[in-house]
Amino acid sequence: MARRVSTGRTLVMTLLAWGVGFVIFFPILWMGLASFKTELEAFATPPSFLFFDWTTENYAAVQGRSDYVHHAVNSVVIAGGSVLIALLIAIPAAWSMAFAPSRHTRDILLWMLSTKMMPPVGVLVPIYLIYRNFGLLDSRIGLVLVLCLGNLPIVVWMLFTYFKEIPKDVLEAARMDGATVGKELVYVLTPMAVPGIASTVLLNVILAWNEAFWTLNLSTSEAAPLTVFIASYSSPEGLFWAKLSAASTLAIAPILVLGWFSQRQLVRGLTFGAVK
Amino acid sequence: MGRITLVGVRKSFGATAVIKGADLEIADGSFVVFVGPSGCGKTTLLRLIAGLEDVSAGRILIDGANVVDVPAAKRGLSMVFQSYALYPHMSVRGNIGFGLKMAGLPRDEIKRKVDAAAATLNLTPYLDRKPRELSGGQRQRVAIGRAIVREPKAFLFDEPLSNLDAALRVQMRLEVSKLQRQLATTAIYVTHDQVEAMTMADRIVVLNAGNVEQYGSPLELYERPANLFVAGFIGSPRMNFIGREAAQRHGAATIGIRPEHLAASRDGDGWEGRVSVAEHLGSDTFLYVDVPQIGSLTARLVGELGLTTGDRVRLRPDPDRIHRFSEDGKAMRP
Repeated sequence: MARRVSTGRTLVMTLLAWGVGFVIFFPILWMGLASFKTELEAFATPPSFLFFDWTTENYAAVQGRSDYVHHAVNSVVIAGGSVLIALLIAIPAAWSMAFAPSRHTRDILLWMLSTKMMPPVGVLVPIYLIYRNFGLLDSRIGLVLVLCLGNLPIVVWMLFTYFKEIPKDVLEAARMDGATVGKELVYVLTPMAVPGIASTVLLNVILAWNEAFWTLNLSTSEAAPLTVFIASYSSPEGLFWAKLSAASTLAIAPILVLGWFSQRQLVRGLTFGAVK
Repeated sequence: MGRITLVGVRKSFGATAVIKGADLEIADGSFVVFVGPSGCGKTTLLRLIAGLEDVSAGRILIDGANVVDVPAAKRGLSMVFQSYALYPHMSVRGNIGFGLKMAGLPRDEIKRKVDAAAATLNLTPYLDRKPRELSGGQRQRVAIGRAIVREPKAFLFDEPLSNLDAALRVQMRLEVSKLQRQLATTAIYVTHDQVEAMTMADRIVVLNAGNVEQYGSPLELYERPANLFVAGFIGSPRMNFIGREAAQRHGAATIGIRPEHLAASRDGDGWEGRVSVAEHLGSDTFLYVDVPQIGSLTARLVGELGLTTGDRVRLRPDPDRIHRFSEDGKAMRP
């Protein structure tokens, strides 16, 4: 028998959910509001919530002081490029692990995941030196490479779990139909896994977009993405809350829009193939 | 051409031997059925021929050429899977034409061949549908269409009808048989259903625990089973096996009598027993009779005899139809 839910209970749960949702959303809302205040109002106590003199001068100031478009383009190139390359490596890798597993497949998967447990700062110095010697510092290629390698384990894991759900028979049927491994991947596996690949791409684009550690340490201006753009507004002396908020709002806006339109795929991506 | 020869084919998964040495000669254009209980290795043997599994030892020859190292895609065989294994993101047309597309045929030729195959299988109205919009029987037809359109050297069927309901299964069985004869292409068909095996096959391979128990025509298997396993597996209801004195009288360790070769009467000579269950099918009656000293015997009688549970009955075997088996289970022939 299905559990009966009373209307009172539904009401309480709904209010609770909205409450929790609001708490989680609040910092972003506060940032958005602060970006429209004057510097003085931005750190006034008690803070004014809605009744202040709305101004767009911060946005003008931010645009005047640094080149938003330049950083945004870098972010797009770095996030998009790193995920695209990761996908090209991960699809064949996940295919072989899902459909032609060996005795060590499980171990390899766990080993890959374990690399995500290591604090990145542990390898900062060696990577920094390698990048310096190869002239990769402050280059888009360098950042694409490091973020691609950093997210590769997650991409492989996610694709592996999606591929596992695809019946092996269908791939064997393609083989019987004369498809080579490459054609099998292109014409059968990839189209069948499109929803899984889409959510993998989305989640990893967001991860790469938000990645701050490597981008801050390995780039300064030429290749600097939006994370560096935000960081440049936290100065050691004197806080400019309103301008920092305006810069941050600009930085997260594209990803916020992307996330809003792809909520469905994102939820699927986050549940990691746990629910069919 | 599609002559397939297996020479000493073995397959092991780790330490488990699944196929323990199979030697078969499958003639061009013949319909061969692999039959056996579940886990006997029949599907594995089919997958070895397909190239979806690698042999551990032995040779597989297609038209005289050893294909052991040839990948599945290049063996020129086509397969119909138990689960149909249609490409869910392609239309029926795309599914049937996929193999031709892989072979690099020009588009108009693919269209012509797909249209012809669809017409043969009554699929023309569904060519633009996706597999999920089709019924089970239609999906099965698409899977068959995909197999025939490539004009392969041989068809491999892996229990293709087991997901269909009983009525549809009988109909598809007839259609597959007809189609195979019409195309005169070699077919290897795996099933656990002995009715399918008996009705469709030119020759049957009976497999048990990784061994080929017997290879012969359906009637050969029925009339001259090579051993106890084949005798018990082919025929329904199952053959009666009788040991001890009754068998010794015939100079054998075990004798086998098919239920249809037992005559029943209320009096006269024969083994006397009591009916424990009587199944009335109208056309036939199955009697399960407890006979002292011998055990339970099954008799299949034509028509309705009016016998019910508890009735006394005498069973007399047809003396020309008694199968004799030696101590090691092999058939003894005069």
